Amino acid sequence: MRLVLCRLLVVSLLAAVPGFAHAEQTQVIHIKAHMFAYSPAEIVVKKGVPVTLELMSIDRVHGFNLPDFHVRATIEPWVSTSITFVPDKVGRFIFACDHFCGDGHDGMSGVLVVVE
Amino acid sequence: MDNGIDRRDFLKLTGLGGVVFASALAGWPGLAGAAAGEFHFVQLSDTHWGFGNPKINPDSAGTLKKAVAAVNALDQQPDFVVFTGDLTHTTDDPKVRRTRLDEFRDIASGLKVKTVRFLPGEHDAALDAGEAYQQFFGETHYTFDHKGVHFIALDNVSDPQATVGEAQIAWLKADLKQIEPETPIVVLTHRPLFDLYPQWDWATRDGAAVIDALQPFPHVTVFYGHIHQEHHEMTGNIAHHAAKGLMFPLPAPGSVPKKAPIAWDPAAPYKGLGFRDIDADVGKPSFKLDELPVVKA
Repeated sequence: MRLVLCRLLVVSLLAAVPGFAHAEQTQVIHIKAHMFAYSPAEIVVKKGVPVTLELMSIDRVHGFNLPDFHVRATIEPWVSTSITFVPDKVGRFIFACDHFCGDGHDGMSGVLVVVE
Repeated sequence: MDNGIDRRDFLKLTGLGGVVFASALAGWPGLAGAAAGEFHFVQLSDTHWGFGNPKINPDSAGTLKKAVAAVNALDQQPDFVVFTGDLTHTTDDPKVRRTRLDEFRDIASGLKVKTVRFLPGEHDAALDAGEAYQQFFGETHYTFDHKGVHFIALDNVSDPQATVGEAQIAWLKADLKQIEPETPIVVLTHRPLFDLYPQWDWATRDGAAVIDALQPFPHVTVFYGHIHQEHHEMTGNIAHHAAKGLMFPLPAPGSVPKKAPIAWDPAAPYKGLGFRDIDADVGKPSFKLDELPVVKA
C-alpha cells in the first residue's frame, strides 16, 4: 500500500513539472541531412504536442534552421543532435540548411507541416 | 561634379535605366561643397563565374563579359566599381575554385575603370574560410573613403554559418569611433544584414549586432547582393538595397514553395539580370540608384 502511495505521489509531482505531462506524447522524428537534402524532407506533426528532432549528417556539416519556431542547430557528421520544441501554430513552415555546404546548398530545404 | 554635365540630366536625356529609388542619404549636412563633390559608382553582383546550366543561362560564359562591356559603354565612367560577392560559383575542388577566381579576375580587368573593389560571397569563400579568395583579392573586410563618404566592406560569408563574427564586429566598432557622426556611411556586403527571409538563408546570423553598431549614425546605406534581385528595406534609419545578379535571377522572397533559379526566358534574354549605377549627389543632397540591363533592349 505504501509503495502504491509513493508511486502516486511521484507521478503527481512530475505532472506538475511544465512539459513533463506531455513527455510520453513527444513526437520523435529522425532526420538525416546529406548533400543536399533532408530525409525526410516533409514532416507532419501535431500542434501543441512536443516534437523532438533527432538530426544527423551522413557526410559533412550542415545546418538546420526553422525560423518560424526559432529552432536551429548545427549538424555534425555522424553525431546525433537533438532539439525539442512545441509547435504552437498550424501551417507549412520551411526549414533550410544555414551552414553553407556546397553547390546544392541553396536548394537544401524541407517543410514542417503542423496540423490540429 | 568633376565633369561639366549634370549626370541626372544626362540620364533623363538618354533614358538609360530609371531612377528607381531615393535613399535615406538625403540630408548630408556639412558635405555640400567642393570637398565632398558628386560622384557615381557601379555595383555588380553575383556573377557566379563557373556556373553551368544552359536552361538557366545559356550565355553563362558571356554574361559577365557583356556586363563589363556595358559598364565600359557608360558615357560617364564611374569613379569605381564594386563587386558585392559570389564572383564565382562554388566548387568542392580547391584547384577549380582558384581557376574560376583567376578567370573572373581576368574578365573584370577588362573594365576601363581601374579602381575596382571586390567582396566575397559564400560561393567564393565559405568552403575554405576565404583562403583562395584572399590569395586573389586580399582582405575580405576593409574600409576606404571617397569624396566625403566612408565605405565599409563587411565579410558575412567566410564563416559558412553566415556570421560577421565578434572580431570583425569589434573592428567595425573601432572604425566607427573614428567617424564624425554626420559622415555618410556606405556599407558594402554580400548577405542582407537583416532577416530578409531566413527560411531561404537570406540573413546574417549576427547582422543585428552590425545594425546596432551602425544605428547611431544618421546617414547609413547598405548595398548588398546574394538574393539576385532588387530589394529595398529600411531598418530604423538604415537603407538596405539588394542588387540584381549577373547569372540568374531568384524568385521574390517566399513567393514560391522552394527557392530555385528562374529559368531563362528565350523571349526576354537576360531578363532579371543587371547592374546598378549609384549616383551620389552630395550637393542636393540625394542618393539615386539606376538599375541598368546587361544588354539594351
